[in-house]
Amino acid sequence: MFQPSPWRADFPAIAALQRQHQTYLDSAATTQKPQALLDALSHYYGHGAANVHRAQHLPGALATQAFEASRDKVAAWLNAADAQQIIFTHGATSALNLLAYGLEHGFNAGDEIAISTLEHHANLLPWQQLAQRRNLRLVILPVNSQGQIDLDQALQLIGPRTRLLAVSQLSNVLGTWQPLPALLAHARAQGALTVVDGAQGVVHGRHDVQQLGCDFYVFSSHKLYGPEGVGVLYGRHRALQQLRHWQFGGEMVQLADYHSASFRPAPLGFEAGTPPIAGVIGLGATLDYLASLDANAVERHEASLHQHLLRGLAEREGVRVLGAPQTALVSFVVDGVHNADIAHVLTEQGIAVRAGHHCAMPLLKGLGLEGAIRVSLGLYNDSDDLARLFEALDQGLELLR
Amino acid sequence: MSLPEQAREALACFTEARGWEQRARLLMQWGERLAPLDDAEKTESNRVHGCESLVWLVAVVDDGQWRFKATSDARLLRGLLALLLVRVQGLASAELAQLDLRGWFSELGLERQLSPSRSNGLHAVLQRMAQLASEA
Repeated sequence: MFQPSPWRADFPAIAALQRQHQTYLDSAATTQKPQALLDALSHYYGHGAANVHRAQHLPGALATQAFEASRDKVAAWLNAADAQQIIFTHGATSALNLLAYGLEHGFNAGDEIAISTLEHHANLLPWQQLAQRRNLRLVILPVNSQGQIDLDQALQLIGPRTRLLAVSQLSNVLGTWQPLPALLAHARAQGALTVVDGAQGVVHGRHDVQQLGCDFYVFSSHKLYGPEGVGVLYGRHRALQQLRHWQFGGEMVQLADYHSASFRPAPLGFEAGTPPIAGVIGLGATLDYLASLDANAVERHEASLHQHLLRGLAEREGVRVLGAPQTALVSFVVDGVHNADIAHVLTEQGIAVRAGHHCAMPLLKGLGLEGAIRVSLGLYNDSDDLARLFEALDQGLELLR
Repeated sequence: MSLPEQAREALACFTEARGWEQRARLLMQWGERLAPLDDAEKTESNRVHGCESLVWLVAVVDDGQWRFKATSDARLLRGLLALLLVRVQGLASAELAQLDLRGWFSELGLERQLSPSRSNGLHAVLQRMAQLASEA
């Protein structure tokens, strides 16, 4: 039975891609954008760009107002108590690097940082490099065969020496939700700071950072149907106070002379230089659009398509799904067929999926794989997209075998 | 510069091919023609990085002429490597450096396989070849 997406027409690029015979199934890498975002960008640039937090003139006041309104919208989206807890960065990666540098002063040799085996490189390498700089121990929490952090082992490994826990909310390779409540509660009880990488998780369902109880929550705009070049770092007030300034320049400073300076607190103290103004305003418009949708209908649509994807793959001989994906994406390999060959034949047939290690080399290596094919869904996908994928996969495999 | 005989053959096959399926079949057939590499040749220094698949390129200069061997664990890439080797085998460094390899793959109707965003590795192999030619 055909399952349409009621929101497909809100994303003009989907029709444009279809005219080029492209079926877009790579939304976990980046998403297509709603018309509301295109309109907001065009309005901002068409009606007068200006720098924020600097000028008294009218364009500057309007830009600042729109920019700060986006901060309010992000805070509302995450249910943060206060918009001043929202720092705009240049992406999730830069938000995580901000944390790894901004918190560095609090670590002493021998302290431990815990991450999991399934982290994206963005939530692995900043901590790995911090551990090297400060002579810390990076503890890697194992994942079970389903693709979730093994709680029994994790609760043993997170102990009094653990100063920080940084974990993904939703795996970008396995599509599995991680057991955050138990992990975060345990880490906090040990006195560790907690960081949640919400890059994938924020896209599916609404998440309440107060309920989650993390110290920091990170996501990037472009995976949430917003523009690139914008990331979000939410922090609890107390946690934000522990951050040292890490990038220095315009507008993050209170007083400066040639030999010393004092800096603003969060958020502006961590937004050195001109921020991506249009991008932040565009993210605000995207959140307005997303907030206008029936959240239950979106969730039902995504869940049903995901089931359809899993069923279709299970029906095909030799297809092996990685872990037990719960949401939004599925990674798979085909016995006896190289994933690069599958990627080749799917590309030839206009199926846009991701092949390779998905920025999680150690995870794939641990699974004994060089790579995998990942199919990921957005709210604009429909069952015809999946039908085209399956047909292309069948054709391709027939040829390769 | 006249085309080596095998390159002429490849050109004839691929320009006649219709549709992606036929091209993919041809690539697999051409991949079978690659001379196998010994395990001793599959060294780290012969590995070409920047590919999602494993790719090895063995290059020796014999009497002023380049002799290449290459392979990969991915089948279609083996075909692309075979098409590359038939074009460059036996060239002198100056000839190799001048050769328009993108043009060669375009003639074969395979230019899309060369995009740097594609992680199939052909792009990285060409870069390695250009580097070898310029260092020689």
